[in-house]
Amino acid sequence: MSEQPRRRALGFLERWLVFAGAVVVWEIVTRISDSVFFPPPSKIVQFCAELWFVAEPTQLFLADTVYEDILPSLARALGGWLITAVVGISLGLALGRSRIAYEYLNPLVTFLRSVPPPALIPVFMVAFGIGAQMQIATIVFGALWPVLLNSVDGARSVDRVKTDTARSFRISRTEWIRMVVFPAALPKIFAGLRTSLAISLILMVMSELVSSNHGIGYRIQLSQNTFSFDTMWAWLVLLGALGYLLNNALLALERRMLGWQPKREAAPATAKAGG
Amino acid sequence: MRSALRGAIGVAGFLLLWEAAGHAGFAPQNLFPPVSMVFARLGELLATEEFLREIIATVLAWLIALAVATGIAVPLGLLLGSYPAVRRATKVLVEFIRPVPPVALIPLLIVLIGNGPETKISLAVFGALWPILFNTIYALDELEPMYVETARSFGLGRAAIMTRVALPNALPFIFTGVRISASIALILVISVELRGGGTAGIGYWMLGVSQGIRQMDLVLAGTLVAGVIGLLSNYGLEWLQRRLFGWNEIAQEAR
Repeated sequence: MSEQPRRRALGFLERWLVFAGAVVVWEIVTRISDSVFFPPPSKIVQFCAELWFVAEPTQLFLADTVYEDILPSLARALGGWLITAVVGISLGLALGRSRIAYEYLNPLVTFLRSVPPPALIPVFMVAFGIGAQMQIATIVFGALWPVLLNSVDGARSVDRVKTDTARSFRISRTEWIRMVVFPAALPKIFAGLRTSLAISLILMVMSELVSSNHGIGYRIQLSQNTFSFDTMWAWLVLLGALGYLLNNALLALERRMLGWQPKREAAPATAKAGG
Repeated sequence: MRSALRGAIGVAGFLLLWEAAGHAGFAPQNLFPPVSMVFARLGELLATEEFLREIIATVLAWLIALAVATGIAVPLGLLLGSYPAVRRATKVLVEFIRPVPPVALIPLLIVLIGNGPETKISLAVFGALWPILFNTIYALDELEPMYVETARSFGLGRAAIMTRVALPNALPFIFTGVRISASIALILVISVELRGGGTAGIGYWMLGVSQGIRQMDLVLAGTLVAGVIGLLSNYGLEWLQRRLFGWNEIAQEAR
């Protein structure tokens, strides 16, 4: 057995052991304190099962709320994030390759990205009313900046040799962008995409908390109004699990797509993700 | 110099376009006001005491939260970071806690703590804790063993090494964490205000004017103020970092 897989297996084991230990401590503490606000994890899991699963094969054993709240929420978050990715990467690569265009837009971008994203919710609420449009607009506007700025940085990182080589082969402009600039910028772009994904999920929840009539955030708000804290925790756990899974899926994709990179830097520890 | 001029032209062009579009009548002016109307409204608002109070409420809550988070996270990070096993366990736990968006906790906090400023401060502290804690722990990871050996050979004890070698060495890194936390804390303070936790603040005010009759000029004036607070906090802290830690390469890398 070589060193690499063994260390990875050990890391995996350690990670889940720590997690299991934390859950056990959580269970014991919540059982002793017996607070309505903090149900023990075993009870939360039970509530999750009751909330999301039914004995109905035609619905794939999933409750209505999966189709009416979870999937629409996810669709809005991921849809907004995809729009962000397309706009952010294309605009970012263009601005990264054109210093003049960047200079014209820099102060404007600096101000716009300083606006705390939740402060946009009232703006889009007035503009679009309650609904998916308002939520997607908020997500796109709030999550755009990390992808955009990282793409700018990435596009600038094309080194001299590559530029000269490409020039001497006289490749076309589209080929230049597609085969030289884009791959060179990809590591940075992925870092931006992950931050943006986290922001998209946050803004999905936030916009649903402020105003909506369905979705995960709406369900959390509803369980506050009805004082059903077990249900609320079930939704919180779901959010955590979704965030964890989506982030790891993106990391896996990144590893696949960047496998060719000679030296892979470890993922930055602190991404500039908002609350 | 040239780039500053181009930047100014960019901003001016944006404002002119906005003004023209606002007058062109694509949408009623209460939904899409020209920029001059927004600035006029902002000027009126800034002259009233109530509006200034809302701004102060937000900024104060944010500053308190950031100070409390730093006060908790730095000592905790130094403590946790000194033991490799605890350090690794903390990293794992944070990895599991982090995906839960703090904003999702707002409803729970409102029930637990109520509608006062404590609610937004608590949530902002919770959200702002992690980057500072993490950066403190990471900084201890990076501590040059030779510094510690040297200090030890001069007869310094564990506590003295911590405060006189490890902490100064970690400070620039910690400050980067504080900067990240600052924007998170501001986002969370405004989020809680928007969710109706609290009875003052710029978010609370914006929620008020966005309901009922739709007055986009007022809402946008509020957004501008939020943006200026965000801008000042970003650049204020960046400036402070350069002032304090200009000697350090981390500070030089930081943008």
